[in-house]
Amino acid sequence: MNVFKIVWLELLNRKSQFISGILSITLGIAVIVAIQSISTVSRENVARKLDNLGANILVLPQGASIDDYYTSDIDAPTIPGEYVERILNSTLKGVDNMSPKLTRRVKVGENTIVLTGILPKSEIASKPLWQGIGLIGTEVKTACAPAAPQESLKYLDERLQRKVVDTLQKNECLLGYQAAKRLNLKEKETLSVLNTELTVVRILPETGTVDDDRVFAHLTTVQAMTGIPDQISAIEIMGCCHAISEGLLSKLRNILPDTRITTINQIVSTQIETNRLMNKVSLVFLIIIFFVGSVSMGNFMWANVNERRKEIGILRMMGASKKIIYQLFIYKSIVLGVVGGIAGFVLGTLAGVFLGPFLADMAVRPVYLYLLWSLLLSVIIGIAGAVIPASMAAKIDPHTNLQEA
Amino acid sequence: MILQVKNLVKQYKHHDGLINALDDISIDVKRGSFVTVTGPSGSGKSTLLLSLFGLIRPTSGTIFFNNRIITGATDLELANIRQEHVGFILQNFALIPYLTTVQNVMIPLALKKVDGDEQLERATEVLKFVGLANRINHLPRELSTGQQQRVAIARALVHNPSVILADEPTGNLDPALSLEILDFLSKINQTKGITVILVTHSPVAAEYGNYKIHLRDGRLAG
Repeated sequence: MNVFKIVWLELLNRKSQFISGILSITLGIAVIVAIQSISTVSRENVARKLDNLGANILVLPQGASIDDYYTSDIDAPTIPGEYVERILNSTLKGVDNMSPKLTRRVKVGENTIVLTGILPKSEIASKPLWQGIGLIGTEVKTACAPAAPQESLKYLDERLQRKVVDTLQKNECLLGYQAAKRLNLKEKETLSVLNTELTVVRILPETGTVDDDRVFAHLTTVQAMTGIPDQISAIEIMGCCHAISEGLLSKLRNILPDTRITTINQIVSTQIETNRLMNKVSLVFLIIIFFVGSVSMGNFMWANVNERRKEIGILRMMGASKKIIYQLFIYKSIVLGVVGGIAGFVLGTLAGVFLGPFLADMAVRPVYLYLLWSLLLSVIIGIAGAVIPASMAAKIDPHTNLQEA
Repeated sequence: MILQVKNLVKQYKHHDGLINALDDISIDVKRGSFVTVTGPSGSGKSTLLLSLFGLIRPTSGTIFFNNRIITGATDLELANIRQEHVGFILQNFALIPYLTTVQNVMIPLALKKVDGDEQLERATEVLKFVGLANRINHLPRELSTGQQQRVAIARALVHNPSVILADEPTGNLDPALSLEILDFLSKINQTKGITVILVTHSPVAAEYGNYKIHLRDGRLAG
């Protein structure tokens, strides 16, 4: 027998009170766990969708505009290709993928096309739209969002298509959907450009982007064809949005001081705003639940103290100090907090898992880390609510209650 | 002397002014004696009993326990003295309703942080002594009033106190059970040498004392 056992036996003996005691904590924790579970999945979904929009950072030559990059003028400035390695060697966190490219607007007969030199694997990793239509094997994994479950798109020759893009040879090219139409070329036919013959290995599906008007060839091929070896027009980077908000751009500027580094603001700001909103909602709920839970626990403990005045008198008579009486109620609040926290986590997780698909149209999975936070929060709520009643209990005059006993 | 009370005064504030619940009480209690405190209702019997070990703080006066002044002791010191040296028996038994017989008896040992196995052993032994060996796992509500009072006695004895303070222990019992409990207290007093201070209305119970105190209006009346 010890003080903790007395607490436990009292709780077990008064089961209905036990349940009503944990109810406020359980419901509060359940609400916050459900919201957090849904918002975590929602945040990941937004991050994944934004990542699928592709690169979000552009490294351009100093003095070049984004217009220069898209119009690809023949005399648009360039930067050394070695800058890619400089970023790689810097071990910067949050750079998920880099695709260096050299773009030049060139004439093919009567048509003007944008010839784009790429490193195939890097390019594909930054082109989720290509990934989505089965042109490559593995979707790029980013630090922002976990990869979505892979689904086979049931291409008859999926492996072959991957191989085509991954192993783009120096005499091969990929044609954008509109470019192929304008040039009237089909797969396996030859494109003659800047005195070079390139075999069309794939006509890319329509993406609705500037890529539809481009002709993609190996970077070294385009550098040789345009006579600007070792130079590139830009580096497209898929940066983790968290890292961008934590200063990735300025770190890149330190590494590449003679470049212009810009973000695709819409993507980054959407992600950051989403995260901010979710965090604010969670914080507001956390504050409300803390106060409501603590007040509710305080009321419950106060009623319990009044109900047990005789018992307090008996214990004081037998030699329990004020500290032991205080401990009796604080321990009780801890037990209620732990049980309420576990029950709240289970209830909130179940609510998230079952309600998530209806409320947010997404599958919510249990986040076991929240069990730890639930326990911590519920114990803090319990103790915060019990401090005043426990202090009052310790000050109860034993003799008046003993004579009633 | 185990206990000496000198000029003890306890005053309560009332809207009519101050009321003297105890008025200049001085008594000496010999170790191993059986003291009975009698008097009409409101004469200050229970106030005197609860003042002896700090459950009521006297307004003035001095109390010596084992030749040591305890009237100025801190709350913690007084709690420790009660824990070590005093057993209480009350009219309404003062058992904790959700604890079994043996658990109720173990409380004084638990407060002294005695090892769990020893608590159980000593509580079981003392319950045997009061004749409740077959009721150790019963809740108080499952016991008769006489049995409940014997549990209270066992709880008062379990930590080997030097003094037992009994406040109307037979007040809720029928005459036969009252005699049984009084005989029990007398046996404890004689066999274990524990000092018993018994507050009672009953003339029969008062006869058990070898030192009798009578109070009237908070004063010693004989």
